[in-house]
Amino acid sequence: MTRLVYMDNHATTPVDPRVLEAMLPYFTEKFGNAASRNHAFGWEAEAAVDRAREQIAKLINAKAKEIIFTSGATESDNLALKGVVEFYKEKGNHIITVATEHKAILDTCKALERKGLVTVTYLPIDECGVVNPDDVRKAITDKTILISIMQANNEIGTIQPLHEIGKIAKEKGILFHSDATQGVGKLPVDVEAMGIDLMSFSAHKIYGPKGIGGLYVRARNPRVRLAAQMDGGGHERGMRSGTLNVTGIVGLGKACELAGELLESESERILRMRERLRQQITSALDEVYLNGHPMQRLPGNLNLSFAFVEGESLLMGLKDIAVSSGSACTSATLEPSYVLRALGVGDDLAHTSIRFGLGRFNTDEEVDYVAERVIREVTRLREMSPLYEMAKEGVDLKNFNWARD
Amino acid sequence: MAYSDKVLDHYENPRNVGSFAKDEPNVGTGIVGAPECGDVMKLQLKISASGIIEDARFKTFGCGSAIASSSYVTELIKGKTIDEAYAIKNTQIVEELNLPPVKIHCSVLAEDAIKAAVSDWKTRKAGGPEAAKKVG
Repeated sequence: MTRLVYMDNHATTPVDPRVLEAMLPYFTEKFGNAASRNHAFGWEAEAAVDRAREQIAKLINAKAKEIIFTSGATESDNLALKGVVEFYKEKGNHIITVATEHKAILDTCKALERKGLVTVTYLPIDECGVVNPDDVRKAITDKTILISIMQANNEIGTIQPLHEIGKIAKEKGILFHSDATQGVGKLPVDVEAMGIDLMSFSAHKIYGPKGIGGLYVRARNPRVRLAAQMDGGGHERGMRSGTLNVTGIVGLGKACELAGELLESESERILRMRERLRQQITSALDEVYLNGHPMQRLPGNLNLSFAFVEGESLLMGLKDIAVSSGSACTSATLEPSYVLRALGVGDDLAHTSIRFGLGRFNTDEEVDYVAERVIREVTRLREMSPLYEMAKEGVDLKNFNWARD
Repeated sequence: MAYSDKVLDHYENPRNVGSFAKDEPNVGTGIVGAPECGDVMKLQLKISASGIIEDARFKTFGCGSAIASSSYVTELIKGKTIDEAYAIKNTQIVEELNLPPVKIHCSVLAEDAIKAAVSDWKTRKAGGPEAAKKVG
């Protein structure tokens, strides 16, 4: 194994060669502005955009015109939340969401709270990361205008019960948004069956290019309206102005088409690889803990805590393997993962967590190599760890008198 | 953030990893940090009766910079008197390992570990056999 192994597919994915091939003509030959209504260059670009809308809509059981293009899931999340809050402000000002949402949701909520525009309820999750639909129901007030709950978590892979939550939202007449960035193209998504009114997604998580994403905005039952956050030429039915990123859109469309074709077979294969990785590691090492739900989980996600071994030092030892960690040392803010904290995982174990993200281009060979290296480095680091030594001697680490400043 | 070569070297070839035997005389042990902070360093110093550091061992739970800081300290400290050891400043560690600002706290913890180990040795020396049962 001479190349670096990439196993961080929740962070981003490589562009599938077939996606790249679909995009290329739109850079130099068919480069028209999709809004140029008066010549063939424009019509050609517009046709490509329309095709992409169809490809995306098919993947999620929506109508083509219900797809709005944005610069990515973060912008989609911002547009959904801020757009709804602004447009429906006469109706209410309360949002319900979950403590383990992506920062694009949580930070947007905090910004809206700071401006005094909303109050937000951040629901807790159980120790597997699942939100209880009853908690959603109980949190609803007569001021609630939006429920926002992600389909699958990017850190621990846990899948939320969207069907049940969608039913509650419909019953109470509240708009239901889902950040489905990690789920679209990997799990079945059906906006009708799930009762979803708004949905964010991104190309670069599903083997498409970075810088392009979409927001599904329901057109009927009910017709969802948004206050635009990007003003200008009135593109995307007045919801998001700005010349369309045709090349990106073509890429996103193709990525969705491929994902739809491959969804079943690929998710099976990736699940098998993940279980292979998990079993090899957990059969060779003790004191390894799975973070997140064991079954209701993204097929490619494996998040493990290796007790007594700090995450960043393990990443250093696995320097030819790309994975990530929930350790404070790997975050810009030196805070351990808030997702693991919300699970009730103690900070000590949060520091020991590693997230593996398997994807389309990983192989069994890579899985075996990674398992072997992980086992070796964890063993080595445990030999160097005072905590492992103390635990083996029977010292109660929870009640030890740690000397800290 | 690429790791500095020196930090990588200490990670791959740590100096003086391990522990002295439980019944080894003249050993001072310092344990600093806490698991919830993601940093715990255990430093053991074998100190002669006249106060010269003869040998050292370390074990660290922490990032690469924390491991490198404690590993480097065990090299730095051998042959020093306890007063010289006590005077070691974290800035020496930062300079040697090229630690970036976000990792400076690792060197501070290593400095604390030295002080804790020396204090422990002094306490044991003063208190006799009873004090030796205190730590761990």
